[in-house]
Amino acid sequence: MSFDQPVGTVNDVARSAPVLEVEDLRTYLYTRWGTTKAVDGVSFTVGSGETLGIVGESGSGKSMLALSLVRLTPEPAGKIVGGRVILNGRNLLDLTDKQMRAVRGKEISMILQDPQQSLNPVFSIGDQLAEAIRVHERDLDDRATHERSIDALKSVHVPAPERRLKNFPHQMSGGMKQRIVGAMAMAYHPQVLVADEPTTALDVTIQAQYLRLLKDLQRRTGVAIIVITHDFGVIAETCDRVAVMYAGRFVEEGPVEEIFDQPRHPYTRALLDSRPKVDVRSTRLQSIEGQPPSLIDLPTGCRFAPRCFYSIDRCVAEYPPWFEITHAHTAGCWRSEEVPWASR
Amino acid sequence: MRSEKGRLVARYIMINAVRGLLTIFAVSVLVFSLARLTGDPIDVLAPVDISREDEAALRERWGLNGSVTEQYVAFVSNASQGDFGPSFKYPSESAVSVIAERLPASISLGLVATFLTLVIGVPLGILSAVKRGTWLDRIAKGLALFGQSVPEFWLAIMLIWFVAVRWNVVPTSGISGWQSYILPSIVISVFGIAALLRLFRSAMLETLGSEYVKLARLKGLSEFKVVWKHALKPASIAPLTFFGGIAVRMLTGATVVEIVFAWPGVGYLAYEAANARDFPVVQALALFTATVIIVMNLLIDITYAYVDPRVRLGQKAIA
Repeated sequence: MSFDQPVGTVNDVARSAPVLEVEDLRTYLYTRWGTTKAVDGVSFTVGSGETLGIVGESGSGKSMLALSLVRLTPEPAGKIVGGRVILNGRNLLDLTDKQMRAVRGKEISMILQDPQQSLNPVFSIGDQLAEAIRVHERDLDDRATHERSIDALKSVHVPAPERRLKNFPHQMSGGMKQRIVGAMAMAYHPQVLVADEPTTALDVTIQAQYLRLLKDLQRRTGVAIIVITHDFGVIAETCDRVAVMYAGRFVEEGPVEEIFDQPRHPYTRALLDSRPKVDVRSTRLQSIEGQPPSLIDLPTGCRFAPRCFYSIDRCVAEYPPWFEITHAHTAGCWRSEEVPWASR
Repeated sequence: MRSEKGRLVARYIMINAVRGLLTIFAVSVLVFSLARLTGDPIDVLAPVDISREDEAALRERWGLNGSVTEQYVAFVSNASQGDFGPSFKYPSESAVSVIAERLPASISLGLVATFLTLVIGVPLGILSAVKRGTWLDRIAKGLALFGQSVPEFWLAIMLIWFVAVRWNVVPTSGISGWQSYILPSIVISVFGIAALLRLFRSAMLETLGSEYVKLARLKGLSEFKVVWKHALKPASIAPLTFFGGIAVRMLTGATVVEIVFAWPGVGYLAYEAANARDFPVVQALALFTATVIIVMNLLIDITYAYVDPRVRLGQKAIA
């Protein structure tokens, strides 16, 4: 149960042994109005002990991407139509439903956005936690389950765990509930933890605390974390690498400092610019003009081109390939080498 | 925790027992005066050529002498001791014994109908939500629409005509063996099945789409546990109220159905007694029904407190 050994530096782990490899993942939603390409060819890897951030606006497909990794896209509209998700040497997309259930919670876990909604209101914390602890070990007796429940709550620093087990969700604060969701997700020390906006629903004062908890769990277990967020603050605080998602695809990916200091895609730049700044007094927040494209009728060229100040004819005509900026930093923009937006 | 809840429940019962008594008092006033608005029972029950002395004696015996207020006071003081007076229609029996005689027929029919309602309505509603959009869901929705819109008396007559008269499979009316229960219990349960089906379908659709069901799946739980534990328990809270209605109907008889099938239960009795201006029986039945409703509602409220941990008795639930 001890995972205190150091996990090596982030980059060489990521390079040498990715725990999760996603290749050309495509998840479409078949709706009455047409086919929405929510995830349209996304590839990335995460190494153990590494944290990858995926950042994007609402509707960029980032939550659908997260759900695709655990194969829980909304039925019956959502379908994973292509790609591979390789975890522990096998493609999760090839597994039967039953095999996939054995993977969930054990090899890959997920933390949902709103702790007020994600715990069942009519069952006690102890009951719901015990489920997560016993699900992959059916023969665990009640006493062992109880002990492990207490340990799990201690591992996420829940005070008075004995008493908490008897509580119901409505008797706890949001931050406490999210810790318990974290304890459930980490019950089997999975290799990959997907956190979909883990702090968005929490009080600002609790957010940093919760992010520290996640990092702490990572240090102890070496879990690879994928943080889905729209908040660059969360990225800065937790992530080693970040991928920027727009209209179902990644447009830029690289180490966090590089992306913050030298964004090579105008969309990344625009996102960074629209963060509220503490040191600058302004009456209006900066925003990106226009709307993200409808995921039903996507342009053939760059999907950001219609909103981009720097688009040229080629951007509209042809979808840009990946340009390698440094060995870990890539951007999908025709003009990523000349960077016309850097001097703005 | 338990004992705290136990104390709250006891307190709640006390408060609501007092409230219930007040309600029953109001019902008694209402029933007593409404019954008298239908006219004088002597006109219906006594021979036309009754002598003045005999009429006076009858009024004395039936408690119909004196002012309405006096009659009411006498009625309440007797009723509180369980004495509703003799039945006007069956003078050798008391109103209470007339009802007690008819009660088993209603309760047995009600039990069969309630059983059918639960066994068909609840699983169909759940499956209809789980298999949303499939043929099963469409059939279930059709059944729900039919059950909620078809008039009971029409359905009863149709069933009697086809199943009992033309095909001669079951008796047309009365009680003569278990076959007699088939048609009336179907008619009684159709509405309840439709209602429970719809309630459970919509409640299940809501919980199945919830984040906590998503989290249950994320834990790796089987689909069986996800549906029948995590989605069903919170979904069964809203339809609980409806169980109260079903139980009331079970104990107090389904009047229309009992009339059509000439079923010797309390529902039919209520109709007969009202027609005959059998005041004691009507009054006793109305108060019996009111009591059953009050007790059932109290039971349902207490059940809520045990099913939904968010409910504190005596306070509003925070949804």
